[in-house]
Amino acid sequence: MTDTQPIPLDTLIVCPHCDAAYKLRRPGVGERAKCQRCGTILISPRRKAGLQIIAVSLAVAILIIAATVSPFLTINAGGVSNSVSILDAALAFSDGPLLALALTTAALIIFVPLTRALLSIYVLLPIVMDRPPARGAMQAFRLSEALRPWSMAEIFAIGCAVALTKITDLADVAFGPAFWMFAALVILVVIQDNFVCRWSVWTSLDKTQKS
Amino acid sequence: MDVTGQNAEIVSARDLGVVACTRCTQVWPAGTQTCGRCGRAIIARDDKSLQRVWAWWLVGLMCYIPANIYPMLRTRTLFRVQEDTIIGGAVELLHHGAAGVAIIVLVASVVIPLGKFMAIAFLAISVTRPSSVSNHHRQMLYEVVEYIGRWSMIDIFVVAIMSSLVQLNTLAAINPGRASLFFALSVIFTMLSAQAFDSRMIWDVHAKREGAPDNE
Repeated sequence: MTDTQPIPLDTLIVCPHCDAAYKLRRPGVGERAKCQRCGTILISPRRKAGLQIIAVSLAVAILIIAATVSPFLTINAGGVSNSVSILDAALAFSDGPLLALALTTAALIIFVPLTRALLSIYVLLPIVMDRPPARGAMQAFRLSEALRPWSMAEIFAIGCAVALTKITDLADVAFGPAFWMFAALVILVVIQDNFVCRWSVWTSLDKTQKS
Repeated sequence: MDVTGQNAEIVSARDLGVVACTRCTQVWPAGTQTCGRCGRAIIARDDKSLQRVWAWWLVGLMCYIPANIYPMLRTRTLFRVQEDTIIGGAVELLHHGAAGVAIIVLVASVVIPLGKFMAIAFLAISVTRPSSVSNHHRQMLYEVVEYIGRWSMIDIFVVAIMSSLVQLNTLAAINPGRASLFFALSVIFTMLSAQAFDSRMIWDVHAKREGAPDNE
Protein backbone atom coordinates (compact mmCIF):
# COMPACT_ATOMS: atom_id res chain seq x y z
CA MET A 1 0.00 0.00 0.00
CA THR A 2 3.05 2.28 -0.05
CA ASP A 3 2.86 3.06 -3.75
CA THR A 4 -0.71 4.21 -3.41
CA GLN A 5 0.05 6.74 -0.73
CA PRO A 6 -0.96 9.98 -2.44
CA ILE A 7 -4.41 8.92 -3.57
CA PRO A 8 -6.65 11.86 -4.28
CA LEU A 9 -9.64 10.72 -2.29
CA ASP A 10 -12.11 12.57 -4.46
CA THR A 11 -11.30 10.37 -7.43
CA LEU A 12 -12.27 7.18 -5.63
CA ILE A 13 -15.60 5.56 -5.09
CA VAL A 14 -16.07 2.63 -2.74
CA CYS A 15 -18.91 0.16 -2.83
CA PRO A 16 -20.74 0.43 0.49
CA HIS A 17 -21.70 -3.24 0.40
CA CYS A 18 -18.43 -5.01 -0.34
CA ASP A 19 -15.77 -2.30 0.13
CA ALA A 20 -14.38 -2.59 -3.40
CA ALA A 21 -12.62 0.60 -4.44
CA TYR A 22 -12.83 2.05 -7.94
CA LYS A 23 -11.50 5.04 -9.77
CA LEU A 24 -14.42 7.35 -10.16
CA ARG A 25 -15.69 8.02 -13.64
CA ARG A 26 -19.05 9.67 -13.85
CA PRO A 27 -21.42 7.69 -16.03
CA GLY A 28 -23.30 9.61 -18.69
CA VAL A 29 -27.03 10.09 -18.58
CA GLY A 30 -28.78 6.76 -18.99
CA GLU A 31 -25.67 4.84 -17.97
CA ARG A 32 -25.16 3.23 -14.61
CA ALA A 33 -22.07 2.60 -12.55
CA LYS A 34 -22.18 -0.85 -11.04
CA CYS A 35 -19.88 -2.54 -8.60
CA GLN A 36 -18.04 -5.26 -10.54
CA ARG A 37 -17.72 -7.45 -7.51
CA CYS A 38 -21.14 -7.52 -5.91
CA GLY A 39 -23.30 -5.79 -8.50
CA THR A 40 -24.54 -2.95 -6.30
CA ILE A 41 -25.56 0.04 -8.37
CA LEU A 42 -23.31 2.88 -7.31
CA ILE A 43 -24.40 5.74 -9.54
CA SER A 44 -27.44 5.96 -11.79
CA PRO A 45 -27.96 9.52 -12.94
CA ARG A 46 -31.11 10.50 -14.77
CA ARG A 47 -31.94 13.55 -16.77
CA LYS A 48 -34.14 15.91 -14.79
CA ALA A 49 -34.41 13.33 -12.02
CA GLY A 50 -34.59 16.08 -9.42
CA LEU A 51 -37.66 17.69 -10.93
CA GLN A 52 -39.37 14.34 -11.44
CA ILE A 53 -38.78 13.31 -7.86
CA ILE A 54 -40.09 16.61 -6.58
CA ALA A 55 -43.22 16.23 -8.68
CA VAL A 56 -43.75 12.64 -7.53
CA SER A 57 -43.09 13.54 -3.89
CA LEU A 58 -45.59 16.36 -4.05
CA ALA A 59 -48.20 14.00 -5.48
CA VAL A 60 -47.41 11.46 -2.77
CA ALA A 61 -47.81 14.03 -0.01
CA ILE A 62 -51.16 15.24 -1.36
CA LEU A 63 -52.43 11.71 -1.91
CA ILE A 64 -51.45 10.56 1.57
CA ILE A 65 -53.29 13.43 3.21
CA ALA A 66 -56.36 12.98 1.02
CA ALA A 67 -56.41 9.20 1.36
CA THR A 68 -56.02 9.37 5.10
CA VAL A 69 -59.12 11.41 5.76
CA SER A 70 -61.57 10.18 3.15
CA PRO A 71 -63.43 6.86 3.44
CA PHE A 72 -61.29 3.94 2.42
CA LEU A 73 -63.48 0.84 2.56
CA THR A 74 -67.13 0.30 3.39
CA ILE A 75 -68.55 -2.98 4.54
CA ASN A 76 -72.17 -4.09 4.32
CA ALA A 77 -73.73 -7.14 5.91
CA GLY A 78 -77.33 -7.77 6.87
CA GLY A 79 -78.25 -4.10 6.79
CA VAL A 80 -75.41 -3.02 9.02
CA SER A 81 -72.65 -1.02 7.44
CA ASN A 82 -69.33 0.26 8.59
CA SER A 83 -67.00 2.63 6.81
CA VAL A 84 -63.37 3.21 7.70
CA SER A 85 -60.53 5.47 6.67
CA ILE A 86 -56.89 4.43 6.49
CA LEU A 87 -56.30 6.14 9.80
CA ASP A 88 -59.06 4.02 11.36
CA ALA A 89 -57.40 0.92 9.98
CA ALA A 90 -54.05 1.93 11.39
CA LEU A 91 -55.53 2.68 14.78
CA ALA A 92 -57.46 -0.59 14.96
CA PHE A 93 -55.16 -1.85 17.69
CA SER A 94 -56.29 0.71 20.17
CA ASP A 95 -57.02 -1.19 23.35
CA GLY A 96 -54.50 -1.55 26.11
CA PRO A 97 -50.98 -2.71 25.25
CA LEU A 98 -51.87 -2.84 21.57
CA LEU A 99 -51.90 0.96 21.48
CA ALA A 100 -48.16 0.93 20.78
CA LEU A 101 -48.87 -1.26 17.78
CA ALA A 102 -51.55 1.16 16.58
CA LEU A 103 -49.12 4.05 16.66
CA THR A 104 -46.44 1.97 14.90
CA THR A 105 -48.86 0.94 12.17
CA ALA A 106 -49.99 4.52 11.64
CA ALA A 107 -46.37 5.60 11.39
CA LEU A 108 -45.41 2.87 8.92
CA ILE A 109 -48.22 3.46 6.47
CA ILE A 110 -48.94 7.17 6.84
CA PHE A 111 -46.37 9.28 8.64
CA VAL A 112 -43.13 7.71 7.40
CA PRO A 113 -44.07 7.89 3.69
CA LEU A 114 -45.39 11.42 4.20
CA THR A 115 -42.23 12.54 6.02
CA ARG A 116 -40.04 11.04 3.32
CA ALA A 117 -41.95 12.82 0.57
CA LEU A 118 -41.70 16.18 2.35
CA LEU A 119 -37.99 15.68 3.13
CA SER A 120 -37.27 14.85 -0.53
CA ILE A 121 -38.91 18.08 -1.63
CA TYR A 122 -37.02 20.06 1.00
CA VAL A 123 -33.67 18.59 -0.03
CA LEU A 124 -34.10 18.59 -3.80
CA LEU A 125 -35.89 21.85 -4.45
CA PRO A 126 -32.85 24.10 -3.85
CA ILE A 127 -30.60 21.71 -5.80
CA VAL A 128 -32.88 21.76 -8.80
CA MET A 129 -33.10 25.54 -8.67
CA ASP A 130 -29.30 25.84 -8.45
CA ARG A 131 -29.49 27.46 -5.06
CA PRO A 132 -27.34 26.58 -2.06
CA PRO A 133 -28.86 23.67 -0.12
CA ALA A 134 -31.55 24.39 2.40
CA ARG A 135 -30.52 24.63 6.03
CA GLY A 136 -30.04 21.16 7.41
CA ALA A 137 -30.46 19.53 4.00
CA MET A 138 -27.80 16.96 4.92
CA GLN A 139 -29.66 15.95 8.06
CA ALA A 140 -32.93 15.92 6.15
CA PHE A 141 -31.61 13.59 3.48
CA ARG A 142 -29.99 11.44 6.15
CA LEU A 143 -33.29 11.07 7.96
CA SER A 144 -35.08 10.31 4.72
CA GLU A 145 -32.58 7.55 3.94
CA ALA A 146 -32.81 6.13 7.45
CA LEU A 147 -36.58 5.96 7.15
CA ARG A 148 -36.52 4.18 3.80
CA PRO A 149 -36.95 0.60 5.05
CA TRP A 150 -39.73 1.70 7.39
CA SER A 151 -41.97 3.14 4.72
CA MET A 152 -44.52 0.39 4.14
CA ALA A 153 -47.32 1.83 2.05
CA GLU A 154 -46.89 -0.78 -0.68
CA ILE A 155 -47.00 -3.61 1.85
CA PHE A 156 -50.20 -2.20 3.30
CA ALA A 157 -51.68 -2.28 -0.20
CA ILE A 158 -50.99 -6.01 -0.57
CA GLY A 159 -52.36 -6.45 2.94
CA CYS A 160 -55.58 -4.84 1.71
CA ALA A 161 -55.89 -7.37 -1.06
CA VAL A 162 -55.48 -10.25 1.39
CA ALA A 163 -57.91 -8.77 3.91
CA LEU A 164 -60.53 -8.18 1.22
CA THR A 165 -60.42 -11.78 0.04
CA LYS A 166 -60.91 -12.87 3.61
CA ILE A 167 -63.85 -10.56 4.19
CA THR A 168 -65.78 -10.95 0.94
CA ASP A 169 -67.16 -14.27 2.20
CA LEU A 170 -68.54 -12.50 5.20
CA ALA A 171 -69.95 -9.28 3.77
CA ASP A 172 -70.09 -6.92 0.81
CA VAL A 173 -67.19 -4.56 0.58
CA ALA A 174 -67.29 -1.27 -1.30
CA PHE A 175 -64.27 0.82 -2.21
CA GLY A 176 -64.18 4.45 -1.18
CA PRO A 177 -62.25 7.15 -3.06
CA ALA A 178 -59.31 6.74 -0.70
CA PHE A 179 -58.85 3.19 -1.92
CA TRP A 180 -58.06 4.32 -5.45
CA MET A 181 -55.94 7.18 -4.20
CA PHE A 182 -53.96 4.71 -2.18
CA ALA A 183 -53.51 2.43 -5.17
CA ALA A 184 -52.05 5.34 -7.16
CA LEU A 185 -49.94 6.30 -4.18
CA VAL A 186 -48.27 2.92 -3.99
CA ILE A 187 -47.10 3.16 -7.60
CA LEU A 188 -45.76 6.66 -7.00
CA VAL A 189 -43.88 5.64 -3.85
CA VAL A 190 -42.11 2.90 -5.78
CA ILE A 191 -41.21 5.35 -8.56
CA GLN A 192 -40.00 7.87 -6.01
CA ASP A 193 -37.58 5.35 -4.54
CA ASN A 194 -36.21 4.07 -7.81
CA PHE A 195 -35.56 7.48 -9.33
CA VAL A 196 -33.32 8.73 -6.58
CA CYS A 197 -29.63 8.38 -7.31
CA ARG A 198 -28.27 8.71 -3.81
CA TRP A 199 -24.72 9.35 -4.90
CA SER A 200 -25.80 12.28 -7.07
CA VAL A 201 -27.79 13.81 -4.23
CA TRP A 202 -24.92 13.51 -1.74
CA THR A 203 -22.47 14.91 -4.26
CA SER A 204 -24.58 17.90 -5.12
CA LEU A 205 -25.28 18.61 -1.47
CA ASP A 206 -21.55 18.47 -0.85
CA LYS A 207 -20.53 20.65 -3.76
CA THR A 208 -23.05 23.33 -3.12
CA GLN A 209 -22.03 23.54 0.48
CA LYS A 210 -18.36 24.08 -0.22
CA SER A 211 -18.74 26.90 -2.71
CA MET B 1 -21.53 0.62 -17.39
CA ASP B 2 -18.74 0.27 -14.91
CA VAL B 3 -16.84 2.87 -13.04
CA THR B 4 -13.49 1.53 -14.10
CA GLY B 5 -12.75 0.28 -17.55
CA GLN B 6 -9.91 -2.08 -16.67
CA ASN B 7 -10.83 -5.43 -15.27
CA ALA B 8 -7.84 -5.63 -12.94
CA GLU B 9 -7.90 -7.20 -9.50
CA ILE B 10 -10.55 -5.56 -7.44
CA VAL B 11 -8.98 -3.82 -4.50
CA SER B 12 -10.87 -3.19 -1.35
CA ALA B 13 -10.75 0.21 0.26
CA ARG B 14 -8.99 -1.22 3.28
CA ASP B 15 -6.09 -2.44 1.15
CA LEU B 16 -5.72 1.06 -0.23
CA GLY B 17 -5.50 2.45 3.27
CA VAL B 18 -8.71 4.41 3.03
CA VAL B 19 -12.16 4.05 4.55
CA ALA B 20 -15.45 4.87 2.94
CA CYS B 21 -18.68 6.10 4.40
CA THR B 22 -21.25 3.35 4.01
CA ARG B 23 -24.04 5.85 3.65
CA CYS B 24 -22.83 8.44 1.16
CA THR B 25 -19.80 6.50 -0.23
CA GLN B 26 -17.43 9.43 0.34
CA VAL B 27 -13.84 8.19 0.79
CA TRP B 28 -11.64 9.33 3.69
CA PRO B 29 -8.12 8.54 4.93
CA ALA B 30 -7.95 5.53 7.25
CA GLY B 31 -8.68 6.41 10.84
CA THR B 32 -11.30 9.06 10.08
CA GLN B 33 -13.97 8.95 12.78
CA THR B 34 -16.97 10.65 11.20
CA CYS B 35 -17.86 11.31 7.60
CA GLY B 36 -17.25 14.96 6.84
CA ARG B 37 -20.01 14.92 4.26
CA CYS B 38 -23.01 13.21 5.81
CA GLY B 39 -21.88 12.93 9.43
CA ARG B 40 -22.17 9.18 9.78
CA ALA B 41 -19.72 7.49 12.11
CA ILE B 42 -17.08 5.77 9.99
CA ILE B 43 -15.97 2.33 11.00
CA ALA B 44 -13.53 0.52 8.73
CA ARG B 45 -14.97 -2.81 9.84
CA ASP B 46 -17.70 -2.95 12.38
CA ASP B 47 -16.36 -5.35 15.01
CA LYS B 48 -19.47 -5.13 17.11
CA SER B 49 -21.69 -5.72 14.09
CA LEU B 50 -22.06 -9.42 14.79
CA GLN B 51 -22.93 -8.86 18.44
CA ARG B 52 -25.73 -6.53 17.45
CA VAL B 53 -26.90 -8.94 14.75
CA TRP B 54 -27.15 -11.78 17.26
CA ALA B 55 -28.77 -9.62 19.93
CA TRP B 56 -31.57 -8.44 17.65
CA TRP B 57 -31.84 -11.90 16.13
CA LEU B 58 -32.41 -13.47 19.55
CA VAL B 59 -35.04 -10.95 20.66
CA GLY B 60 -36.73 -11.36 17.30
CA LEU B 61 -36.85 -15.12 17.72
CA MET B 62 -38.11 -14.78 21.28
CA CYS B 63 -40.99 -12.62 20.07
CA TYR B 64 -41.76 -14.98 17.23
CA ILE B 65 -42.68 -17.82 19.59
CA PRO B 66 -45.55 -16.09 21.43
CA ALA B 67 -46.59 -14.66 18.07
CA ASN B 68 -47.45 -18.19 17.02
CA ILE B 69 -48.92 -19.39 20.30
CA TYR B 70 -51.32 -16.55 21.08
CA PRO B 71 -54.32 -15.86 18.86
CA MET B 72 -53.84 -13.35 16.09
CA LEU B 73 -57.51 -12.70 15.42
CA ARG B 74 -60.60 -12.92 17.57
CA THR B 75 -63.74 -13.31 15.48
CA ARG B 76 -67.06 -12.86 17.20
CA THR B 77 -70.19 -13.78 15.26
CA LEU B 78 -73.75 -14.11 16.46
CA PHE B 79 -73.31 -17.54 17.93
CA ARG B 80 -69.70 -18.02 18.77
CA VAL B 81 -66.32 -16.52 19.41
CA GLN B 82 -63.40 -17.94 17.49
CA GLU B 83 -59.74 -17.30 18.11
CA ASP B 84 -57.26 -18.02 15.35
CA THR B 85 -53.52 -18.25 15.53
CA ILE B 86 -51.47 -17.33 12.47
CA ILE B 87 -51.28 -20.88 11.18
CA GLY B 88 -54.84 -21.67 12.29
CA GLY B 89 -56.11 -18.71 10.27
CA ALA B 90 -54.32 -19.90 7.17
CA VAL B 91 -55.70 -23.41 7.57
CA GLU B 92 -59.16 -21.91 7.96
CA LEU B 93 -58.70 -20.04 4.69
CA LEU B 94 -57.64 -23.22 3.00
CA HIS B 95 -60.86 -24.91 4.09
CA HIS B 96 -62.84 -22.02 2.63
CA GLY B 97 -61.21 -22.70 -0.72
CA ALA B 98 -59.12 -19.54 -0.74
CA ALA B 99 -55.90 -21.43 -1.33
CA GLY B 100 -54.11 -18.49 -2.98
CA VAL B 101 -54.65 -16.20 -0.03
CA ALA B 102 -53.78 -18.95 2.42
CA ILE B 103 -50.48 -19.40 0.64
CA ILE B 104 -49.75 -15.64 0.74
CA VAL B 105 -50.44 -15.61 4.47
CA LEU B 106 -48.36 -18.71 5.12
CA VAL B 107 -45.45 -17.45 3.05
CA ALA B 108 -45.50 -13.97 4.55
CA SER B 109 -45.88 -14.97 8.17
CA VAL B 110 -44.27 -18.38 8.45
CA VAL B 111 -41.91 -19.13 5.57
CA ILE B 112 -40.34 -15.66 5.30
CA PRO B 113 -39.75 -15.13 9.04
CA LEU B 114 -38.31 -18.60 9.57
CA GLY B 115 -36.22 -18.34 6.41
CA LYS B 116 -34.97 -14.99 7.59
CA PHE B 117 -33.89 -16.28 10.98
CA MET B 118 -31.97 -19.06 9.28
CA ALA B 119 -30.46 -16.80 6.61
CA ILE B 120 -29.22 -14.21 9.08
CA ALA B 121 -27.78 -16.90 11.35
CA PHE B 122 -26.07 -18.52 8.39
CA LEU B 123 -24.57 -15.22 7.22
CA ALA B 124 -23.37 -14.31 10.69
CA ILE B 125 -21.72 -17.69 11.15
CA SER B 126 -20.30 -17.80 7.63
CA VAL B 127 -18.18 -14.66 8.08
CA THR B 128 -16.39 -16.11 11.07
CA ARG B 129 -15.23 -19.31 9.41
CA PRO B 130 -14.53 -20.55 5.89
CA SER B 131 -17.73 -21.10 4.00
CA SER B 132 -18.45 -23.28 1.04
CA VAL B 133 -21.02 -20.85 -0.32
CA SER B 134 -19.55 -18.29 -2.69
CA ASN B 135 -19.38 -14.63 -1.72
CA HIS B 136 -21.68 -13.68 -4.54
CA HIS B 137 -24.36 -16.01 -3.32
CA ARG B 138 -24.03 -14.81 0.25
CA GLN B 139 -24.17 -11.17 -0.84
CA MET B 140 -27.28 -12.01 -2.83
CA LEU B 141 -28.79 -13.80 0.15
CA TYR B 142 -28.11 -10.75 2.30
CA GLU B 143 -29.81 -8.44 -0.17
CA VAL B 144 -32.82 -10.74 -0.42
CA VAL B 145 -33.10 -10.84 3.39
CA GLU B 146 -32.89 -7.06 3.61
CA TYR B 147 -35.45 -6.58 0.89
CA ILE B 148 -37.95 -9.19 1.92
CA GLY B 149 -37.92 -8.60 5.68
CA ARG B 150 -40.39 -5.74 5.54
CA TRP B 151 -42.95 -7.85 3.72
CA SER B 152 -43.67 -9.90 6.81
CA MET B 153 -45.54 -6.88 8.13
CA ILE B 154 -48.34 -7.81 5.73
CA ASP B 155 -50.07 -9.96 8.32
CA ILE B 156 -50.21 -7.09 10.79
CA PHE B 157 -51.82 -4.88 8.16
CA VAL B 158 -54.35 -7.57 7.30
CA VAL B 159 -55.32 -7.79 10.95
CA ALA B 160 -55.52 -4.01 11.17
CA ILE B 161 -57.79 -3.70 8.14
CA MET B 162 -60.04 -6.57 9.16
CA SER B 163 -60.46 -5.54 12.74
CA SER B 164 -61.25 -1.94 11.88
CA LEU B 165 -63.60 -2.85 9.05
CA VAL B 166 -65.52 -5.74 10.54
CA GLN B 167 -67.22 -3.98 13.43
CA LEU B 168 -70.87 -4.75 12.77
CA ASN B 169 -72.35 -4.30 16.23
CA THR B 170 -74.02 -7.54 17.26
CA LEU B 171 -73.65 -9.28 13.91
CA ALA B 172 -69.93 -9.81 13.77
CA ALA B 173 -66.77 -8.25 15.07
CA ILE B 174 -63.11 -9.01 14.53
CA ASN B 175 -60.55 -7.89 17.05
CA PRO B 176 -56.78 -8.19 17.06
CA GLY B 177 -55.25 -10.71 19.41
CA ARG B 178 -52.14 -10.51 21.54
CA ALA B 179 -50.04 -12.29 18.93
CA SER B 180 -50.20 -9.26 16.64
CA LEU B 181 -48.03 -7.22 19.00
CA PHE B 182 -45.41 -9.97 19.29
CA PHE B 183 -45.44 -10.60 15.58
CA ALA B 184 -44.87 -6.92 14.75
CA LEU B 185 -42.04 -6.76 17.28
CA SER B 186 -40.49 -9.87 15.82
CA VAL B 187 -40.55 -8.37 12.31
CA ILE B 188 -39.05 -5.10 13.54
CA PHE B 189 -36.29 -6.83 15.50
CA THR B 190 -35.27 -9.05 12.61
CA MET B 191 -35.18 -6.02 10.30
CA LEU B 192 -32.83 -4.35 12.78
CA SER B 193 -30.78 -7.53 12.96
CA ALA B 194 -30.35 -7.60 9.18
CA GLN B 195 -29.47 -3.90 9.13
CA ALA B 196 -26.80 -4.43 11.78
CA PHE B 197 -24.95 -6.90 9.58
CA ASP B 198 -21.91 -5.38 7.92
CA SER B 199 -21.95 -7.05 4.50
CA ARG B 200 -18.34 -6.01 3.83
CA MET B 201 -17.32 -8.84 6.14
CA ILE B 202 -18.47 -11.35 3.54
CA TRP B 203 -15.76 -10.14 1.19
CA ASP B 204 -13.01 -9.79 3.79
CA VAL B 205 -13.02 -13.48 4.55
CA HIS B 206 -12.59 -14.17 0.86
CA ALA B 207 -9.59 -11.88 0.57
CA LYS B 208 -7.89 -13.45 3.58
CA ARG B 209 -8.40 -17.01 2.45
CA GLU B 210 -6.94 -16.51 -0.99
CA GLY B 211 -3.84 -15.01 0.53
CA ALA B 212 -4.47 -11.74 -1.20
CA PRO B 213 -2.25 -8.82 -0.17
CA ASP B 214 -3.45 -7.90 3.25
CA ASN B 215 -2.19 -5.19 5.48
CA GLU B 216 -2.92 -6.94 8.69
